Amino acid sequence: MKALWARLRETALLMIGQPSYAAYLAHMAAHHPDRAPMTRIEFFRDREQARYGAKGGGRCC
Amino acid sequence: MKHIAWIVLALIGALSLSVVAFSRGEPINALWIVIAAASCFLVAYRYYALFIARHVMRLDPARPTPAVYRADGLDYVATDRRVLFGHHFAAIAGAGPLVGPVLAAQMGYLPGTLWIIVGVVVAGAVQDFMVLFISMRRDGRSLGELVRMEMGPVAGTIALIGAFMIMVIILAVLALIVVRALAESPWGMFTVAATVPLALFMGVYTRWIRPGRIGEVSLLGLVGLVLAIVYGQAVAASPFWGPLFTFTPVQLCWILIGYGAVASVLPVWLLLAPRDYLSTFLKIGAIAALAIGILIMAPPLKMPALTQFVDGGGPVWSGALFPFLFITIACGAVSGFHALIASGTTPKLIASETDAPMIGYGAMLMEAFVAIMALVGATILDPGLYFAMNSPTAITGGDPVSAAAAVTAMGFPVSPGLLMQTARDVGEHTVISRTGGAPTLAVAMAEIFAHVLGGPGWKAFWYHFAILFEALFILTAVDAGTRAGRFMLQDLIGLAVPSFRSTTSPMPGLVATALCVGAWGFFLYQGVSDPLGGVNTLWPVFGISNQMLAAMALMLATAVLFRMKRSRFAWVTVVPAAWLLVCTVTAGALKLFSPDPAVGFLAHAAKFSAAVARGEVLAPAKSMAEMQRIVFNDRVDAALCGVFLLVVLSLLVFTVRTCLAAYRADRPTAHEVRPDLAAAQ
Repeated sequence: MKALWARLRETALLMIGQPSYAAYLAHMAAHHPDRAPMTRIEFFRDREQARYGAKGGGRCC
Repeated sequence: MKHIAWIVLALIGALSLSVVAFSRGEPINALWIVIAAASCFLVAYRYYALFIARHVMRLDPARPTPAVYRADGLDYVATDRRVLFGHHFAAIAGAGPLVGPVLAAQMGYLPGTLWIIVGVVVAGAVQDFMVLFISMRRDGRSLGELVRMEMGPVAGTIALIGAFMIMVIILAVLALIVVRALAESPWGMFTVAATVPLALFMGVYTRWIRPGRIGEVSLLGLVGLVLAIVYGQAVAASPFWGPLFTFTPVQLCWILIGYGAVASVLPVWLLLAPRDYLSTFLKIGAIAALAIGILIMAPPLKMPALTQFVDGGGPVWSGALFPFLFITIACGAVSGFHALIASGTTPKLIASETDAPMIGYGAMLMEAFVAIMALVGATILDPGLYFAMNSPTAITGGDPVSAAAAVTAMGFPVSPGLLMQTARDVGEHTVISRTGGAPTLAVAMAEIFAHVLGGPGWKAFWYHFAILFEALFILTAVDAGTRAGRFMLQDLIGLAVPSFRSTTSPMPGLVATALCVGAWGFFLYQGVSDPLGGVNTLWPVFGISNQMLAAMALMLATAVLFRMKRSRFAWVTVVPAAWLLVCTVTAGALKLFSPDPAVGFLAHAAKFSAAVARGEVLAPAKSMAEMQRIVFNDRVDAALCGVFLLVVLSLLVFTVRTCLAAYRADRPTAHEVRPDLAAAQ
C-alpha cells in the first residue's frame, strides 16, 4: 500500500516534470561524491526551469 | 495454452464490434463501443506491439538506454516504466482527442469508432512507438535532429519549418476552441479568469512561502477552482458583474492574444508552472472520472450509426467521409504531434529498451481510449441537440425557434423547448451554434457526471467544470506552445542569421515571441471573425497539418528501417505512411482545387470575389468588408495548404532517395549512437 502510494506520488510529480530527488541524490553520491548536490529546493527550481524555460516546453494538442 | 485467454478476449472484441457495426434502427448501448475498443487494444498490444518490438526493432534488454549510459539524475534518469507511462500519457493527452471525435460524430458513431480503433492500432501507436525507439537509440534527440541525421540537413530543415507551421495552426485552433466556449458565457469566463490570480498565488507560494511543495499548493489550487465554479453562477447572475465578464468572440480573441504575449515572457514559476500543475492533475482526474461515469451510467447512443452526411454536405464540417473523416478525428487515432513528445523527454527516461512498447504503443492506445470516450459523449446526446450546437449561426439563425426548424429540416427532429431547457440546465444563455466541440463535450460530461453524482440539479456545475477543465489545459498549451514556437523560430531564423540564436540578449527572444504570437493570433482572428464560424475552416487545416506531420514521422521510421537493413518489415510503417499520405494529399488537393465552394478554398474565393466584382453581398457575409475578408482568408488558407503539400511531398522524395540508397548498400547504414562510445565522451 505504501509502495503504491509512493509510486503514485512519483508519477504525479514526473507528470509535471519533477523527477525523483532521491534518485538524483543517489546518482550524485555514486558518481560525483566530490561535488555538493543541489538542495531539494534548488533541484525543484532547476527542473522547473528545464521543463518550462528552455526548449522542453512541448505539450500536445 | 497461454493464448487461450487472448483468443477469448479477441472473440469478445469481435462480437462487440459486430454489434456496433451491424445494429440498425434500435439504439445500442455505449458499453459495446467501450468493450470493443478495450479488447481490440489489449489484443493489439499483446500481439502487434510485441511483434514490432521483437522482430521489427529487435529491442535488446541488455543494451543500455540513454538514461543508463548518460545518467545525470536530472534529464537522463532510469525511471520505473509505470511511472514513465503516466508521464508520457500526460504529455500526449490534450484537447485534440476530445474535440476531433465530437466533430466526427456528424457522420454517426460508426465511422469514427472504426477509424479510431483501426487507426490507432495500425498507424498512431506504431508512429509513437517507432519515433520513441529511434530517439532512444540516438541519445534521446528531437525529431528535427533525427530527420537531419537519417535523411540529411535539407530534409531536417524542411521538417523544422513544417513543425513550426503546424505549431502555429495548433495554437490558433486551440485558442479558437476556447473563444467559442467562453464567448457570451460570463460563468465560464469568470471561472477561467479566476485561474490567473489563482495561479499567480500558487506561483508565489511555491517560490517564497513553501518552496517546492507541489502537493500542498495543488490542493489549495483545486479548492480555489471549485470555489470559482460555485461562485461563478452568482457572478454571472449579478447585474453588475455579469456584463463585466461577458465578451464577444472578437473581444475574447484580443484578450487571448494579449494574454499569450504577456504570459509567454513572464518567469515560468509565476504563471505557467503552477497552472500546469492544475491543468495536468485536473486532466488526468477528469479523464478517469469520465471513464468511471460512462461505465456506471451505461448510456444508450442516440446518434444513428451513419447519418446522411457521410457523402458530404454536413453542417459541422464540409466534405465527404473520404478523406475528411480521417483528417477530422486527427489526434485520437494518429497524431503527428506525438512524434515531438516521443522524441522529447520520454526517451531520456526509459530504463530498459523492453519498456518501450508499453510506453510508446501503450500510452497511445490509452489516448485513443480517451477519443472513444469523447465520441461516446457526443453520440449519447440527442442528435437534434448535437446539430443545433455544432452548426454555424449561418445555418441555425442563432435563436431556438429558427435553430429547431433548421435542424428538424435536416432530419433530426428537435423542439425549441429542448434547446432552451438544455441551456437553462447547464446555466448558459444559449447552446445554439456553440461550435468547436468543447461545449458539446461539456454538455455530455455534465449529463454523465450529474447522473453519477448530484442529480440533474448539478448539471450546471458539471458543465462549467468541464469547460474549465478544457480551457485550462488549452491555455497552458497556448502558453507553453508559444514558448516552444519561439525557440523553433529562433533556431530557424538562426540558420540564416546566426546571432538570432543568442539567449543572452533579450531582443531575439522578444522578436521571435512577437512573431509567434502574431502568427497564431492572425489565424485566430481570422477564425473568430470568419462569418462561416471559423472551426469549419481552421479545423480541417489543423487536421491536414497534424496528419502530415504523422506521415513525416512514419516516413522517417521507414527510412530508418531501410537503413537498419530491416526492409523486409518496412510494411509496418509504409502501410500507415502511405494511407496518411493518400488522405492528406487528397484532402489538401481538394481544399485547394475542389470546384465545390463548400470544400475548396480557391473555388470559394472565386465565388465571393466574383460577387464582389458585381457589387453583390453573399450570405453569410453582411457587408462588402466581410466579403473581402472572406476572399482574403480563403487565399491565405489555400496558400497554407499548398505549403503543407510541398513540405510533405518534398520529404517523400527525400525518404524514397534515402531508402533506395540504404537498400543498395551492403550493410546497415543507420546512425545509431553506440552506448559504449557515447559514454566514453
